[in-house]
Amino acid sequence: MIIKLLGKFKPGEKGVVEKLTVLGPLRRRLLDMGITPGTEIVFRKAAPLGDPMEIMLRGYVLAIRKSEAEAVLMKMEAKS
Amino acid sequence: MRFAIAGNPNSGKTTLFNSLTGSNAHVGNWPGVTVDKKEGVYRLKNSDNTVTKINIIDLPGIYSLSPYTPEEVIARQFIMDEKPDLIINIVDSTNLERNLYLTTQLLEMDIPVVVALNMMDIIKREGSIIDSEILSRKLGVPVVPISALKSGNIKSLMSKCVEYVKTPRTGSSFLPGTALSGQYGKVLELVNGHHIKHPVFHAVKLLENDSIELMHDAALSAGIQNLKLEYEKDKKPFDYEAEIADLRYKFITGDVKPDVVKVLKNLGARNSEKIDRILTHRVWGLPIFMALMFTIFHIIFSKDFMFLTGFGAEEGLSSPGILLKGYMESFQGFIMMKANSLLESADAAGWARGAIVDGLLKGVCSVLTFLPQILLLFLSLSMLEDSGYMSRIAFIMDRILKRFGLSGKAFIPMLMGFGCSVPAMMGTRTLASVKEKRMTLMLIPFFSCGAKMVIWATVVPAVFKNNTDFVIFCIYIAGVVVAILGAILLKKTVFKGIESNFVLELPVYRYPRIKSIALQLWEKLKGFLTTVTTVIAASTLVIWFLQNFDLSLAMVPENSDLCILKSFGDAVKWIFVPLGFAQDDNSWKLIVAILTGLLAKEAVVSTMGVLYQAQGYDTAAPGYDPNVQSQESVTAALAGVFTPLTAISFIVFNLLVIPCFAAVATARSELKNAKWTFFIIAFWFATAWITSFLVYQTASLLKGVNLTNVIIAIFIIGIILFSIFRRKNKKDKCAGCNKCSKCP
Repeated sequence: MIIKLLGKFKPGEKGVVEKLTVLGPLRRRLLDMGITPGTEIVFRKAAPLGDPMEIMLRGYVLAIRKSEAEAVLMKMEAKS
Repeated sequence: MRFAIAGNPNSGKTTLFNSLTGSNAHVGNWPGVTVDKKEGVYRLKNSDNTVTKINIIDLPGIYSLSPYTPEEVIARQFIMDEKPDLIINIVDSTNLERNLYLTTQLLEMDIPVVVALNMMDIIKREGSIIDSEILSRKLGVPVVPISALKSGNIKSLMSKCVEYVKTPRTGSSFLPGTALSGQYGKVLELVNGHHIKHPVFHAVKLLENDSIELMHDAALSAGIQNLKLEYEKDKKPFDYEAEIADLRYKFITGDVKPDVVKVLKNLGARNSEKIDRILTHRVWGLPIFMALMFTIFHIIFSKDFMFLTGFGAEEGLSSPGILLKGYMESFQGFIMMKANSLLESADAAGWARGAIVDGLLKGVCSVLTFLPQILLLFLSLSMLEDSGYMSRIAFIMDRILKRFGLSGKAFIPMLMGFGCSVPAMMGTRTLASVKEKRMTLMLIPFFSCGAKMVIWATVVPAVFKNNTDFVIFCIYIAGVVVAILGAILLKKTVFKGIESNFVLELPVYRYPRIKSIALQLWEKLKGFLTTVTTVIAASTLVIWFLQNFDLSLAMVPENSDLCILKSFGDAVKWIFVPLGFAQDDNSWKLIVAILTGLLAKEAVVSTMGVLYQAQGYDTAAPGYDPNVQSQESVTAALAGVFTPLTAISFIVFNLLVIPCFAAVATARSELKNAKWTFFIIAFWFATAWITSFLVYQTASLLKGVNLTNVIIAIFIIGIILFSIFRRKNKKDKCAGCNKCSKCP
């Protein structure tokens, strides 16, 4: 298991939310959108200009900026 | 009885509202189309043939009852303050997990809730199975499977609601039985002691440290903080906000979903992923977007449809937009001719005939001509919305807008600004931050709208005969460039420190629905006709009056120098002299055109149409066709009025200045602040004046030098550049953050 920020994910990587490291309205929003500890998130791909990123969680697709995704601490399987 | 419809964005709320009320609320497929709450009436036929009337309120789409966007605040306040008798919670069954998150919050209120499980037709078609009865048992409220789009099961939903509304309901929470049940019980006890309505809802929100809640009752919040401290004494500080959100989702995924969802194929999401592989492709995403936008403009405006002349065709084919406009023109010419001969045979007085034909009819018709093109533009924009592509545009463009402190979501209202500023400004309600909303409102008018197109189509051919299309294209680009420069300037000055968030759902692609698009166009058509019959009609009559009477209210001959308009135009002429197009005796006509354009941009052309009538033109002559006269001969007359340079200055001024009365009124209602409204109006005027001034004077510089003007120009450019680069210089001299390369 390695710990990695969601914002540093490479396309196709997936992991499980460990915790959110941001406070305030953005945190509230991320939680409401279902980014809670234990949620599995797949980073599908980045937008044409490199940002934001398109992630899949809870059966739906969410667009989120890399800078915002930096606030999401993820746990992922170490590459074998 | 009043029922409120609440649900996630894009869950089919507005579609349900439409099929219930037969009304035409605007439905789209990007999060946040219902920008305010809408009300309609549903008539339920009872078994004894009586009819129960139920008021239905369509709330804006929300993900949660925590305040994040203004829409969420609207919805929450409505439910709390207006106390609807029942909430119909519409839930997208193809996206059950996140949709039920809101449901668990609604259930905490002391209001009867009925869950409408929408899109069950899709679930059935793809072979998934969702058990609504078990869901009803788990949630403790009635659940009715429906298909809002195909009006399936709507009646049984409503009879269920009417039946259920009679049983009083107290809020229920999922918290008992979880790790937080101890704290929750104590908080609830405390809240109950204060005798507030919706105790369960408030207890949970207080436990969550909800920002609105904490402001309400200081004594209560203090008590709760103490209680929390007591619990934390022996443990680590506890993150209630995250924990409750987490428990909510765990309740859904752990307790509810496994029993309710028997089979889930989620085909829609898989198809969408395939489509997105192309439409938001790393390389092709942007070109596809550009091509699509170009195609839309090509269909509406091109006189050389599909570039047939490029393939050797003699004459260009008219695009659908131009073709329809042609029909419209001949139809109106016919009406005006009939009206004229009718008045003639009725022996109407000269002034009455003038007022009706030259004033009213001509003004209204010169604008109505563009109706087909405006509708086509709206048709394209609603197809983009309905299909779900609009949110992808926000996704693609976010990176660019981030630079200016805006988010990709702000791009959608701007894009809609190419159609009309009014709906575009209403679309800013989906933006989370006030700063972002204000800035977007200020920039929207720079996106050349459908009404301004009327001016370009009249003025540009007069001066640039051979490359009309290219010049018009440049005008659109110029508007965008000014918007970008304006954004940079605003970010450095008024909106210092503006920052945006971008967390946007990308909904599943859907086929645009003909019924909803037709309803939408009908709504637009109604709005447009209202403007034409009120603002435009009134302003053309006023202009006609001012032009045909002098200050002592005696009628003056056509094109007389004595009319009130001329006196008025001359009085403010000095403002426009430095812009180049107000330098001869006749330029009051252009000034008046600009001023009427502040009411509605179409009026610029209708005013010029009235004022630049050929000398000695006899309106009473038989066979007089003022409509044919208006566009063609205005263009001909303008050829002598403008030089290329003054034409550009005139165009730039109209492009950037206060768009129209309706837009100002909309901005006012969006800003809810008189000071800001005034500022925004001043901003538009100043931007227009300064840009025109710079364009005209810089270009004149190359021809002949006028020292005063040069000094003023250099001074203004200096101020702009200074304010843009001042911040950057500060950044260069880093005070020692130990992070950047510029640290000393």
